[in-house]
Amino acid sequence: MAEALLSAIDVSKDFAIPRSLLQWARREPPAAVHALNGVSLDVQRGETLGIVGESGCGKSTLARCLVRLLDCDDGRVVYDGTDIATLSGAERRRFNARVQMIFQDPYSSLNPRMSVRQILSEALRVHRMRPPGEIDARVAELLDTVRLPPDAADRHPHAFSGGQRQRIGIARALAVEPEVLVADELVSALDVSVQAQVVNLLLELQDRLSLTVVFVAHDLRLVRHISHRVAVMYLGKVVEVAPTERLFRDPRHPYTQALLAAAPEIDPGRRTHRAAARGELPSPINLPSGCLFRTRCPHAFDRCRSEVPTLTPRGPVHVAACHLDHPEPTE
Amino acid sequence: MSEPILRVRGLTTTFGDGALHAVRDVSFDVMPGEVLGLVGESGSGKSVTLRSLLRLLPAGGRVAGSVCWHGRDVLAMNEAELRGVRGGEISMIFQEPMTALNPVLPIRVQIEENLRAHTKLDGRGRRARARELMDLVGIPDAARRLDEFPHQFSGGMRQRAMIAIALASDPKLLLADEPTTALDVTIQDQILKLILELRDELAMSVVFVTHDLGVVSATCDRMAVMYAGRIVEEGAVADVFACPRHAYTHGLLGSVPQAGAERSMLLSIEGTPPGLARIPEGCAFNPRCDFATDICRRTRPRLAEMSPGHHAACHNAGAVAAAGSPVRRAMRDG
Repeated sequence: MAEALLSAIDVSKDFAIPRSLLQWARREPPAAVHALNGVSLDVQRGETLGIVGESGCGKSTLARCLVRLLDCDDGRVVYDGTDIATLSGAERRRFNARVQMIFQDPYSSLNPRMSVRQILSEALRVHRMRPPGEIDARVAELLDTVRLPPDAADRHPHAFSGGQRQRIGIARALAVEPEVLVADELVSALDVSVQAQVVNLLLELQDRLSLTVVFVAHDLRLVRHISHRVAVMYLGKVVEVAPTERLFRDPRHPYTQALLAAAPEIDPGRRTHRAAARGELPSPINLPSGCLFRTRCPHAFDRCRSEVPTLTPRGPVHVAACHLDHPEPTE
Repeated sequence: MSEPILRVRGLTTTFGDGALHAVRDVSFDVMPGEVLGLVGESGSGKSVTLRSLLRLLPAGGRVAGSVCWHGRDVLAMNEAELRGVRGGEISMIFQEPMTALNPVLPIRVQIEENLRAHTKLDGRGRRARARELMDLVGIPDAARRLDEFPHQFSGGMRQRAMIAIALASDPKLLLADEPTTALDVTIQDQILKLILELRDELAMSVVFVTHDLGVVSATCDRMAVMYAGRIVEEGAVADVFACPRHAYTHGLLGSVPQAGAERSMLLSIEGTPPGLARIPEGCAFNPRCDFATDICRRTRPRLAEMSPGHHAACHNAGAVAAAGSPVRRAMRDG
C-alpha cells in the first residue's frame, strides 16, 4: 500500500453558537455545532481522494482543517510525518506552499481590485518562487497551463466568466508548485458544459504535474468520475472509504447505499419510484446517540442506539462504519 | 391522441424596450398528465419562459405570442381573469423556498390564503383542507406544524410546504422552477418522487425547469432543450437521450460524467453560453459547435421534425445523429 502523504487522525471541530441574553440568564449550557466528530482519513501520494456528503456533513470543514485554515479542536492532521499544528514561521509557509486550496465560489475568492497578474505574482513573490525578473514569464506560463489567453493577465476578475475565474483560482494554487491540491466544490457553481472543461483541465494537470488531489463535492457522478478512492461523510464522520469502483458497485454502509440510490440516473430506462432515504438530517447541535445514521436507517436495531460503530474492514482496502457486515440495499 | 391542455405559440419575451430578447419564438404543447422538462444552462431563457406563461415578469419585461389555456389566451387576459388562472388552475413552485414563502406568516395562513382566493370553502373547511394538504405532501405532525413559521422548517420541508400551497387550488398544471436545485440529493430524490406521485394522484401536468439532466432523465416524459432563448431540440426523453439530433444536446449529454468511463476526458463544450446582447449570427451555437459548417454561420436553422415527435433545429442533425449518443456509448462500454 502506498504511503499516506496527508492524514487526518481523529479530527474533531466544534463551532460555538453564541448564547442569547435570555439563554444566558436561564443558565442554559453553551451549545455548539459539532462539525467534525472524530474523522480519520489518509490521502496517499499521487491519488485523487473524493470526499462526498450532503450539506452539513462537515466535508468543507475537513478540507479547511487539512490545509490549516481552521485549527482542529481534537486530533491531528499530519503532513509528511509532521503534525501541522506544530508548524510555525518558515516551516508553516513551506507547508502552505506544498498544500494549496481552491475554493468553491469563483466570485468571492478572487480580490476584485487586483488584476490577474497581481493575483498570481503575489503568490510567487510571497513564497519567493521566482526572482523578480522572471515573475512575468512565470505568470504567462501559468495562464497557458490553465488555457487562458496571455492578455488575461492585465484584466480584473469581473471581466471573466465563472469557468474562467475558476481557472484563475487553479493557476493561483499552482503558482507555488504544490504537491497537494484541496479542491472544495471546484465546479459546483458552474454550468454543466463549463464543469466538463474544468474537470478535464484538472485531470490533465494532475497527470502532468503528478499532483495529489483531495476533491470535495456533493455531486456523486463527478466524484465517481474523478477519484481513485472515495470517502463518504455523514454528520461529521467518515462512514465508508473504498476504491471508487468498489464503493459504487458494492456499498456497505446504508447511508452510502441511500445516497447512491437517490442520485438520479442519467439513463431514462432505469427509473425508480420509491424514495431512497426517509427523513432528514438530524441537527448537528444535538447529535443522536450511537450510530449517527440510525434515525434514518432502514436496518437500525438496538445496538445502533447504544454503541457507536467504528470503521472496520470490508475487504482489502474497503472500510465502513456499520454494525452490520453486509446490509441488504432496500429495493 | 388527446388535445394539449396548454398550447404555447411564438412566445417572445423582451426586456429594456425590446433591446434584449430573453426568449425568442418559443412554441410547445403540454399534454394532459405529462411532465415536460425545460432544460438549459444559466441564461438560456428557461426560467423566463416559465414565468412568461403566467406573466410573472420583473418591470420592463414584455411578452408577445400566445399561451392558450383551455381556449383562452393567458397573455390577452385582463387582471381579474388572470388572477383566476394564476395560482388557481395553474400553480407555480420556486427554487428557493425561503424567499418564496412569507417569513412572518405561519404556514397555515399562507395555505389558507390560497384556499380563500381560489375555493369556496368556509373557515372550517379551509382548516380541514390545509391539514389534508400537509398530509398529502408528507409533512408529519401536520396539526402542529401548520402553526409554525417557514424558518422552523428544514429546506426539504419548506419545499413540501410550498408544494402544499401550490396544490391548494387544485391546479391542473404545475409549473416548477428548479424546485430541487437548492436541496441535498436524498431530499431532492424525495421531492421528485413526491411530485411524480402527486401528478398521478391529482392528474396534473407538470412543466419542470432544470439544468440537471439526471433530474430530467429520472422524472420527465418529454423534454425541450433551450439555448440562447430558443428551443433547439424537443422530443420524448428516451428518444433525445438515445439519439440527440442537436449538437448542443449532444455536448450537454457528453458533459455529464458517466459510470464506466472514470478519469477519462469528458466531451466538453468549449467556450461559454453567449450573453443576451451578443447572440451570434446564424445558429447561436455555431462558435462552440464541433459540427459547425459554413451554413451554420450564415442562416439560423429552423426547428424541424426529425422523427415522429422529435424536433431539432440543427443544419447538421444527420452528422450529430451519426455520432451517436454519448449516454449510450458509456452504457455500452460499461
